[in-house]
Amino acid sequence: MAARIAYADVEIGTELPERRFPIRREDLIRYAGASGDFNPIHWNERFATSVGLPDVIAHGMLTMAEAARVITDWAGDPGALVDYGVRFAKPVVVPNDEHGAELVVGGTVVDKLDRMRVAVDLTARSGGDKVLARARAVVQLC
Amino acid sequence: MTVSPEFVGRSYPPTAPYEVCREKIREFADAIGDPNPAFRDPQSARDLGHLDVIAPPTFPVIVSFLATRGVIEDPDLGIDYSRVVHGEQRFSYTRPVRAGDRLVGVASVTSVRRAAGNDLISTGVEVSTAEGEPVVTVHSTIVVRGIAQER
Repeated sequence: MAARIAYADVEIGTELPERRFPIRREDLIRYAGASGDFNPIHWNERFATSVGLPDVIAHGMLTMAEAARVITDWAGDPGALVDYGVRFAKPVVVPNDEHGAELVVGGTVVDKLDRMRVAVDLTARSGGDKVLARARAVVQLC
Repeated sequence: MTVSPEFVGRSYPPTAPYEVCREKIREFADAIGDPNPAFRDPQSARDLGHLDVIAPPTFPVIVSFLATRGVIEDPDLGIDYSRVVHGEQRFSYTRPVRAGDRLVGVASVTSVRRAAGNDLISTGVEVSTAEGEPVVTVHSTIVVRGIAQER
């Protein structure tokens, strides 16, 4: 792995640059096709509301993929992720308009581990809701 | 519906090998909106020390999704897929997935519990190459939303 961030330059409390990602209906269709997850709650409003959801919701895995970029773009090597886990606390509700939803992701270094690894906690919000909980990654630095 | 804890430990047959190619990695990276050149350009990936283009960190979900289909569709568990939402997800990497990998997933049920009227079913999928090299372990929890919640 070749992360471009040096372990020695990182402190507990180091903040990673915040990122904002738009999520529109079109993005959900594209993600469904690429991932093979065609659950209609991610593209069919009628179906989503019939099972008690407020509207079409984003794939949790799309949210997780976008949140990872706060770490991989910072570290410089997407292969530097050693461990990455999240809990999907609230759905990202995606209205049928040109704006869709917005995902806002931030990260903070919360621990320095051995073997030049650090633990990063992520926050992810959409429409005022915290959509990910216990979102943590372990990253291999150099 | 309540899923019985007796299913904890049940494991499912390995999936057929999934052949990872550069174009599928590019398609997936496009779908998550990530322009990272390590997902597209072999030289960029090699500059980072990888043998070929690597896949985004959440790419293994393609294989774990195929592997856990056996669990979701297991008639003994009786999961109503229309009521399923994703609860938790975790990847523990041995190395990144890369173009040329032939990946096999073996799923097992790791926990079953009930909380707030919902069934929470956790699975673990060991993803390795068809040759037996471990690549990533994928843990997922699905939530089967209870009917009572809507009253």
